[in-house]
Amino acid sequence: MMLEVKDLNVYYGAIHALKGVTFHVDKGEIVTLIGANGAGKSTTLNTISGLLRARQGSILFQGEDITRTMPQDIVRKGIVQVPEGRKIFATLSVLENLEMGAYLNKDKAQIQRDLEMVLDRFPRLRERRNQYGGTLSGGEQQMLAIARALMSRPTLLLLDEPSMGLSPILVEQIFEIIQDINQQGTSILLVEQNAQMALSIADRGYVLETGRVVLEGPAQELLHNPMVIEAYLGGHG
Amino acid sequence: MKHISRTTLIFLGSIVTFTLVVQVLISLGVLSPFWNTILRQGAVMAIVGLGLNLIYGFNGQFSLGQWGFYAIGAYSAADITYRWTNDANSNGLTVLFFTILLVGASILILYRVFGKIRGVDPLSAFAIYLIAAVGLTALAVSIGNLTAPAVNAILKALPTNIANTLVYLLAVIIGGILAAEVSFLFGLPVLTLGSDYFGIATLGFTIIVKVLLDNSDVMFGFVEMKGARGMIGIPKLTSWIWVMLFLILVIVITRNLLHSSYGRAIISVREDEIAAKAMGIDIGHYKTLTFVLGCLFAGLAGGLYAHINGFLHPDSFNFIKSFDPMIIVVFGGLGSVTGTVFAAFAWQLVLEGILRSILPPGFETWRYVVYPLLLLVMMLLKPNGLFGNYEIPYLRQVLPPLKKPATETQTPAAKESL
Repeated sequence: MMLEVKDLNVYYGAIHALKGVTFHVDKGEIVTLIGANGAGKSTTLNTISGLLRARQGSILFQGEDITRTMPQDIVRKGIVQVPEGRKIFATLSVLENLEMGAYLNKDKAQIQRDLEMVLDRFPRLRERRNQYGGTLSGGEQQMLAIARALMSRPTLLLLDEPSMGLSPILVEQIFEIIQDINQQGTSILLVEQNAQMALSIADRGYVLETGRVVLEGPAQELLHNPMVIEAYLGGHG
Repeated sequence: MKHISRTTLIFLGSIVTFTLVVQVLISLGVLSPFWNTILRQGAVMAIVGLGLNLIYGFNGQFSLGQWGFYAIGAYSAADITYRWTNDANSNGLTVLFFTILLVGASILILYRVFGKIRGVDPLSAFAIYLIAAVGLTALAVSIGNLTAPAVNAILKALPTNIANTLVYLLAVIIGGILAAEVSFLFGLPVLTLGSDYFGIATLGFTIIVKVLLDNSDVMFGFVEMKGARGMIGIPKLTSWIWVMLFLILVIVITRNLLHSSYGRAIISVREDEIAAKAMGIDIGHYKTLTFVLGCLFAGLAGGLYAHINGFLHPDSFNFIKSFDPMIIVVFGGLGSVTGTVFAAFAWQLVLEGILRSILPPGFETWRYVVYPLLLLVMMLLKPNGLFGNYEIPYLRQVLPPLKKPATETQTPAAKESL
């Protein structure tokens, strides 16, 4: 098992945000967490990447307990998060943004190779490599955010709402890229409001509601589950 | 250094020429002592401004504490040279030297240890640092007093001029490092605060320093500082050349830091702390590093300032004044080294020089009406500051051209899309 989250409890002050969330990601899988606003999807990702601390429960990554590990050490172990709302460095150039992604890598030659690989995957970024990150369009910024995360050679990629604020065509492109990254061996934990898209590319899914996992199963099953359709896919079958 | 680029040569060449031309004008008497003082104070403000620009402009931490660290640098450097020139005693030098040495070593060692054992909470770490610092300062006082006679003898064997200059330079550097170490201790608990709260806390620091200086003779028994009456009799050793040498040094350090991967990490913390964390950047480390370096510059500037007029008064370190570097940095352009240096000189030349000479006698106070108006107009016309984020070529970062490693070939798909 790549990632194993057991009985995770997270609080914002007195607010009990995650009430015993348990799930896992196997090697090579795309797993998605879906749910409404405030269900605890981003909180879960932020806790895994160390930006938030769990009060109870444990997070195991490749068998190793990382519940109390510092964010920079978690990145070093191979878990990288693409934060919600992209959060690229607006006044750094595209190349500098990518170099920040390889911040923990000290091997200059390898960084250069990774840079080429990433720019090959995102030709758009190659064209705009010397532009400030803040001048990119929303879709390009999302690509940059994903590319920047790839620069740190993750084994598990945490994606927080990659479709946010993007047009349907761009959403499709981004999801193709995600599948592509997955096929090259990176496991993916995907948090999405766009449940339809997320479930269509995922292997398995978990439905979160007010800090609890209320439903889990293979993505195709969830896609046809009446409850999911009712609540998240906006239809009656 | 094997390779010095053309822009570096042009930059160093022009700034050295500027320094020498001004020096010649001073020696010939073309520039009166009045203008000489204003120029030197301009350079001092540029150093303080560069420190603040690092902290606020590049790292995004709103600090009003620079003036407090400036005061620490000024008073500690002044005390060293005062004791040497007036009492022919180097105990100020030796005591402060051993203090910064021992406290600095303890900070470096403890920082490493805390870095290894991750997750020590800042307040317990702070308590340990503080206990170590206080204990080692007490130790440094005894070592300093013991070694002072020997150092006296060595310094007296040197020609007076050389001994005085040596003590002066050491005093300025020690003052700067002392300010940096204090800023580290102060920054530990405070840097965890968000930017606005950090601003208030640092403003508080400036006020504390001012109150302590007002009572320096009573509370600490530093009679030579004379508390609220002001310290006199400091040798006037800061010449135009010295102050410019320090300014050039500070510019070069700032530039090289910003162009390194450290610089990018510092800027990324300003841009987005969450994204920086997610990339594995230890944001606490970079905030501390930048804050300490910025305060080192403030402390150096303080030491230089103390030896311009030979007179220090706690009122010069009033918290109202702590907005001066802030105004300079914003006026010049946040995140522009060029802008800060230019604005610092302009600030002194206009406010203390030109306005003072063109306003009729008795109307000097009107300066404080004119300059806020200037600021207002400026902020309306150029909200990004005079220079925005423009830099002269030397300070601009040149990204290396993207090269294809020989081992890999471009995929046809990528080629097409280009």
